[in-house]
Parts: sequence; C-alpha cells; structure tokens
Amino acid sequence: MHEIQYQTVRFNLNGKDVERVVDVRASLTDMLRNDFRMTSVKKGCEVGECGACNVLIDGEAFNSCIYLAVWANGKKIRTLESLLGPNGELSDIQQAFVDEAAIQCGFCTPGFILTAVEILESGKEYSDAELRKLLSGHLCRCTGYENILRAVKKTMYKRLGKDV
Amino acid sequence: MYDMKALYQAASVEDAVSLRMAHPEAQIIAGGSDVLVQMREGKRAGAELISIQTLDEMRGVSLEEDGTLRIGSLTSFSHITRDPLIQQYINVLGEAVDQVGGPQIRNIGTIGGNTCNGVTSADSASTLFAWDAIVELTGPQGIRRQPIGEFYIQAGKVDIREGEIQTAILIPKESYANCFGHYIKYAMRSAMDIATLGTSVNVRLSADKKTVERARVAFGVAGPVPLRAVHAEELAAGQPVSLELAEKFAQAVKEDIHPRDSWRAAKDFRLHIAVESAGRAFIESVKLAGGDL
Repeated sequence: MHEIQYQTVRFNLNGKDVERVVDVRASLTDMLRNDFRMTSVKKGCEVGECGACNVLIDGEAFNSCIYLAVWANGKKIRTLESLLGPNGELSDIQQAFVDEAAIQCGFCTPGFILTAVEILESGKEYSDAELRKLLSGHLCRCTGYENILRAVKKTMYKRLGKDV
Repeated sequence: MYDMKALYQAASVEDAVSLRMAHPEAQIIAGGSDVLVQMREGKRAGAELISIQTLDEMRGVSLEEDGTLRIGSLTSFSHITRDPLIQQYINVLGEAVDQVGGPQIRNIGTIGGNTCNGVTSADSASTLFAWDAIVELTGPQGIRRQPIGEFYIQAGKVDIREGEIQTAILIPKESYANCFGHYIKYAMRSAMDIATLGTSVNVRLSADKKTVERARVAFGVAGPVPLRAVHAEELAAGQPVSLELAEKFAQAVKEDIHPRDSWRAAKDFRLHIAVESAGRAFIESVKLAGGDL
C-alpha cells in the first residue's frame, strides 16, 4: 500500500467560503456528497454521460463525477441547494418543474435544473431546437423530456418578461 | 474515488515539464473527460497523474503579431465556440467542437486533450488537419512546432516526446485568410455520440468568386488517424466553381481514404457518406465564401 495523499481545498460553496482536506483521489461528486452533504448531487453513471451529478462551477455546468475534488480550489461552486429561499421556498425554475410535471422519480432533476440555471442566467432567448441542444447532456428515463423542455422554456420567457 | 497512485499538480508550464521529467510514467490529465472515464473503466488502474488542468496560462484564443491564431491547449470546446476570433477567422472549428459530447462535456473537454489522445474520431481533428494547424509542444529543450499531420503517428499515439506537453494549437494566417469551411459530423445521435465519420472542407475563392483557388478536405474515422484527401484538393485547385466540380471533388476523396468495418458502421457505408459529406461540405463552403452555386 502506498501512502494516501491529502490536499487542502478552499472554495466557495453556494455563497459560503469553505475549506476541507480531501483525498486527492476524490471526485468533486465524492467531496460534495460526503464532506458537505450536498445530496442533490447524484451519483449516476459516473462517467460523464447522464448529467445527474451536474453542478455549476464559476457559472458553467460541469459533470462533477469527472472533475477532481482538488480542482475546486478557488472556484465558486453551486449546487441545487443554493436555489432554495431562506424559508425553504422553491425558485421559479424549480416551481416550473413541479407545475409542468417535469419530475417523476427526481433523480435527474437537480442536474437538469442547474443546466437550466446556466441557460436562464445567460439572459438570452433560445429557440426550441437550441434549448433541446443545451439540455442534451442529461438523461431522463421517466418524463420523455417534453415537460422538462416546457418548464425551462416557460421560465425563460417569464424571466425575459415575455408571453410563452 | 479514482484508482490513482499519485497526483502531481503542475503550478506552471515549466513545472509541468519538470514533473514530466521526474515522473515519465505518469499520465497527463487536462480536462479529464477521457482520462477519468478510462480510470473509471478500470484502465490505467493505479496510475500516476500529472494535472495541468489549473494552468490558466494555457487557456484562451489570441492573435500573434504575424497574424497566427493561437489557441491555448486547455481552451474548452465551449469557449472555442464562443470566441470572437474563432468566429471571425475559423468559425468551422467552433461549429465542429460544438458537436462534441454534450454541453457539460464541452465545458470541460479541451482541444489539447482532443488532439493528444490521438483518436481519429475527434471532432476537432479533421478541421485542424484541413486548416494545416501547427501543434506547439513545450519541453525541456524549449518549444517545438510540428504540423498536425506529423503529430499523429498511429491510432492513439501522437508525437509527444520526453518531458513535453502540448501548449497550443496554431493556425497560420496564410491558412485561414479568406478561407471558409464547413464540417459535417455523421453520427447515430445528435448528442453524446462519437462520429461515424467526420468531414471538414474549406475553400478559398478568387476575388470574383468564380474560381476555386484552394480547396482542402480532411476526414476523421476514414483511417486510423485523421487524414487529408489530397487528390480531391489537387483536382479542385484553379477550377471554375460549379456543381460538377463539387461532384468530381467528392468522388475523388475515395483515392485517399481507407475506412474500415467497425461495429459503428461498415466500410462501404463510410465510403458512401464520405463522398456525400465531401460534396455537401464543399458546396456549403463555396456558398460561405460568397460563391454562387
């Protein structure tokens, strides 16, 4: 057995500066779930195909399963937990997922919603084809995607102050 | 947890070169979307990794004094697609890498990793071949520049020597000036799929847009490494723009390509889509260059 290598990682998690000593072999998914109890970050395929572990790093969507925990140093990381209001209120995009029945088992939902956040925060108006492409890094085996697309589209128009 | 023996994090390009010299067996890791997936599959078990992921000096696109377009090897696919210099001078590269994997993969995957893994299906590779890209490697003896066609040795093997890391991809001005190109990825799915065949064509037309001054075409998955179809290029150079020329150009690509049967597609099918894609990409490139077809 060789010696386990540890490293200190300092980053901003959901608006709060944090610090941990992590095993260098850990993925960002491992660290967020095990050290910070961010259980919205799901372990799905663990090879960057399903999108269930998606988080926002400096505003861009990344599959945290194929991202080393030590790379988080100095980054701003957001998980689904950051979207809740002070009294546990849902954000507009989460509410839209509920309203449009864009959730069944819920396993893919946090990943999808964070990609939706990246899309919405760009402040741009996308066509259906563009939205489909932007959402294509997530697998959902329940909903058939149409309701998810509708939830994102509805929220996009709402934030842009336009009618659907 | 990944099954790795040790992780060495480079603090600079120089440091990466020293780490390469000190740990010649270690695998370089850039974005990780290939290396970490292979580790998860049990390949590279117990490997040592040299991480260059955090070297921001290797990110971004810039113009050098002589007009050479410089793409830092760690520039992610999504940043290449969004970059104004890429959009202005070699838009087809941005379009090609916008077809890699899915959005999250395009945020982490780098153009350096895409070329260093030596895979023929890499979406960036055929376009880089078709635009005579130069690979910049930094090693203990300094900087070495090599045409991309010579960089690929065989499937999965590229010419990275002892202590070297790839630091940039360069597109000379002579290569991109007044050139317009189009890339066609043929795959079974439109996301999260690997190309069955990739075709990248670009043309430079005469000032009156009536004559093809230069046409270049390269393929991925038409051989063990990406390749150029020089017979088709020679045939088109200096010829008047026409649909007949597009057809002849397309047929001529068969002279140079040698695809194989794989579980993804049969050799005959790849030959068929190579001809069809070359013709379509040629026509599209001519139109982008302002030609009338």
